[in-house]
Amino acid sequence: MTNIDLLENQRDKLITKRYNKEKRFILIGRLAIALTIMFLTILLGSIVLRGISGFTTTTITFNVTLDKKLIDPESTNDKKVISSARWRKITRDSIYNVLNDMSLVMNGEVLSKAEQKSLVRLFSRSSEYQIRDIVMDDISLVGKTIEVTLPTASEVDQFLKGKIDENLPEDNRPLNNIQISWINHMVDNGMINKTFNSNLFTKGDSRNAEDAGILGALMGSLLALLVCLSISFPLGVMASIYLEEFAPKNKLTDMIEVNINNLAAVPSIVFGLLGLAIFLNVFNLPRSSPLAGGLVLALMTLPTIIISSRAAIKAVPPSIREAAMGLGASKMQSVTHHVLPLAMPGMLTGTIIGMAQALGETAPLLMMGMVAFIVDVPQSITDPSTVLPAQIFLWSDQPERGFEEKTAAAIMVLLGFLLTMNALAVFLRNKFERKW
Amino acid sequence: MLDISLYFIFLLGLSSYYIGKNRAKKNINLITETGGLESHYGLYLVIWTALPALIFYITWSIISNYLIKEATLDSIPSDLLPENLSMQKLFLDSIIVVAKGGNSLSKVPEISVAFYQNFAFYSTLGKSISTISISLISFFIFYRKIDSTVRAKNFLERIILVFLFISSIIAIMTTVGIILSLVVETSKFFQDVTIFEYFFGLLWSPQMALREGQVAAEGSFGAVPVFAGTFLITLIAMALAGPVGLFSAIYLSEYASKNTRKIIKPTIEVLAGVPTVVYGFFAALVVGPFIRRTSESFGLAASSESALAAGLVMGIMIIPFISSLSDDVINSVPQSLREASFGVGATKSETIKKVIIPAALPGIVAAFMLAISRAIGETMIVVMAAGLSAKLTANPLDSVTTVTVQIVTLLVGDHEFDSTKTMAAFALGMTLFAITLMLNIYALRVVKKYREKYD
Repeated sequence: MTNIDLLENQRDKLITKRYNKEKRFILIGRLAIALTIMFLTILLGSIVLRGISGFTTTTITFNVTLDKKLIDPESTNDKKVISSARWRKITRDSIYNVLNDMSLVMNGEVLSKAEQKSLVRLFSRSSEYQIRDIVMDDISLVGKTIEVTLPTASEVDQFLKGKIDENLPEDNRPLNNIQISWINHMVDNGMINKTFNSNLFTKGDSRNAEDAGILGALMGSLLALLVCLSISFPLGVMASIYLEEFAPKNKLTDMIEVNINNLAAVPSIVFGLLGLAIFLNVFNLPRSSPLAGGLVLALMTLPTIIISSRAAIKAVPPSIREAAMGLGASKMQSVTHHVLPLAMPGMLTGTIIGMAQALGETAPLLMMGMVAFIVDVPQSITDPSTVLPAQIFLWSDQPERGFEEKTAAAIMVLLGFLLTMNALAVFLRNKFERKW
Repeated sequence: MLDISLYFIFLLGLSSYYIGKNRAKKNINLITETGGLESHYGLYLVIWTALPALIFYITWSIISNYLIKEATLDSIPSDLLPENLSMQKLFLDSIIVVAKGGNSLSKVPEISVAFYQNFAFYSTLGKSISTISISLISFFIFYRKIDSTVRAKNFLERIILVFLFISSIIAIMTTVGIILSLVVETSKFFQDVTIFEYFFGLLWSPQMALREGQVAAEGSFGAVPVFAGTFLITLIAMALAGPVGLFSAIYLSEYASKNTRKIIKPTIEVLAGVPTVVYGFFAALVVGPFIRRTSESFGLAASSESALAAGLVMGIMIIPFISSLSDDVINSVPQSLREASFGVGATKSETIKKVIIPAALPGIVAAFMLAISRAIGETMIVVMAAGLSAKLTANPLDSVTTVTVQIVTLLVGDHEFDSTKTMAAFALGMTLFAITLMLNIYALRVVKKYREKYD
């Protein structure tokens, strides 16, 4: 072999080596991307898998005998009397009857105490209140036997969704053998049905998984966002106009700019500490209220809004300003009449993105006491309330099985809102984006 | 309580717009001489009618709110006054509730209730009368003033400018507010606990009853385990997010076709838009149990609140952060450097490793620093997936606690605000703020310089 051949051989080897390295490098890059997308898929997939069943629930239909003797023996028709009747006994009696109706037990046969307890456990703990509310709405029902459809206990729901393993030893599962056989009978009889979980959207928080809903948290989020928006949007727009159009180049302006950039990167929990120390302890704003929470969110979203609004103002070409001023408008007029309307879509886009951030934020609101157990739906910005992410946080801590799918369902609702807001922002940007 | 004077100001303000406009309309010279519009004179009158009166109203409200509490406290008979300061505050609150017509569980002295009601009545009366008169007086003065010497437009623009300036100052005020609230509480904390113990103590158990023979809060506020836990979780997060984020950025900016980039980049950014509470749920319910099962199958004992689970999920959260910042930095490296490298025969990967990365290094480092600052300050993931007990360990399968977890557990729920426990949370917050601020200031400066250098 000649020298040249040797050299060529070596060169070829080197080139192959280099090309292999190149391929490996690309592979690593692809792997990184694949990994990221896999993470995203697992994250969203595991939530949807867990949450989708949270949108359905199990109801049970049974007859309730509204015994006049127990409800309103003196025919007063007084709502107060009816409201304080022995609803628990009325409900229990009707529940014990359910087995008779299914002819699972002979007439007159009495269930043992343990059996009674097992049977009652299949029904929602709030059944007696719901029956009372039905009667309170229509007093003429007293004395009749009505058919009601109420949610079952969340264990039944979980069992029918296959989340309770039947093969476990009886002591280790929340439902015992006799309960399971009853449930199966009721399903066969058509007493137990699967329906859309409307409680999730129409009720506030509850200790019972079957009654818990996100309406209170949604209202709280909405109110807090309203407070946040009404403060941060005007302030953000005004600050960005000042900084882009009027601010003199001096130390103070520099300081403001550095400050805004740094505030955007301050951990959100620090804003919570600020809110706790200033809004709650100095200004004595009501704890847990959307007002206090919204104020903290406003301070947090302000930098985002200012930064994007400034970009929107910057995008308006100077010729517009010059044309306005050439026609005799003052600087202020050129800004308010021309620059501001042209920059508004960009500012709105930034604001929506800021609001989406605020909607997903939890940590600072924990500090403001917005994680309490609150049943009532808040009506005003000073009522105690919680927000959607805080509700998710609270539910994820609940040991009861039924809350897991509810938490995931609430997350899906939250993500749905965020998706809508971001899509709206993208839509706005595309629709109003102008090339100058 | 909104009282009548506010309605009055509102109505007078509204009508003064038309009154001012009319007066300007009658005086045609005015418009031609000053270059303003009629509506400018309307607004001019509105501002002068409402603004001084409103400022007066707010000042009076704040001052009287303060005075009424002090004076009512003084009016309480000395034998009924609790000694404890926070008890005094509660007592005062129940007096105020009763005075406003509510019910209170504790018995309150009637003399103070009557005093409060009297004070409130006369204060409101005085406030309303003076507010109304101020707005009326300034309305008449400035109504008469509307003539050719007044340049309403310039005046209006100056007022607007003042408002614009004030709103841009809010950013500085927020920072000052953060620093003030943190410093005040932290300095109180360091009266109880020495700085040395806080920064070098190895035992963190603020929730525990104090041990026997312990002086003050000595011996339970050593924050080293908390810092160590934060560090461990951040390290795990960066070990995942650093390489994955960086390589994604490199692939996207150097190799991917335009169309691929168009799809992949927003997809990755979806990760950045997911709220942290969702990551927390994911970490606590999916990743945590998975890691425990896996390590148990290898015969390793793992806590279900392992540092690994929290760290990995935090890493996933940070990936889009690192990848988009690095992407910006890599894109800002000028094309000529790449072409020169190709020109001497380098392959693409060699160009990236030998030319682009070195050129972009300070920017990439800055991106990593911002990501670290984000990881340190992240709260929900660790609150939901990391532990509460402060253990000094380097085992990623063990449960550790972090600064943010401690802040949340010390402050959430019912508490007296001035205990050493709550002040400890502010001390931790101060530490967190200081560290992230340093990282941010440095990194933001580098990133900014970077953009200028190659632009």
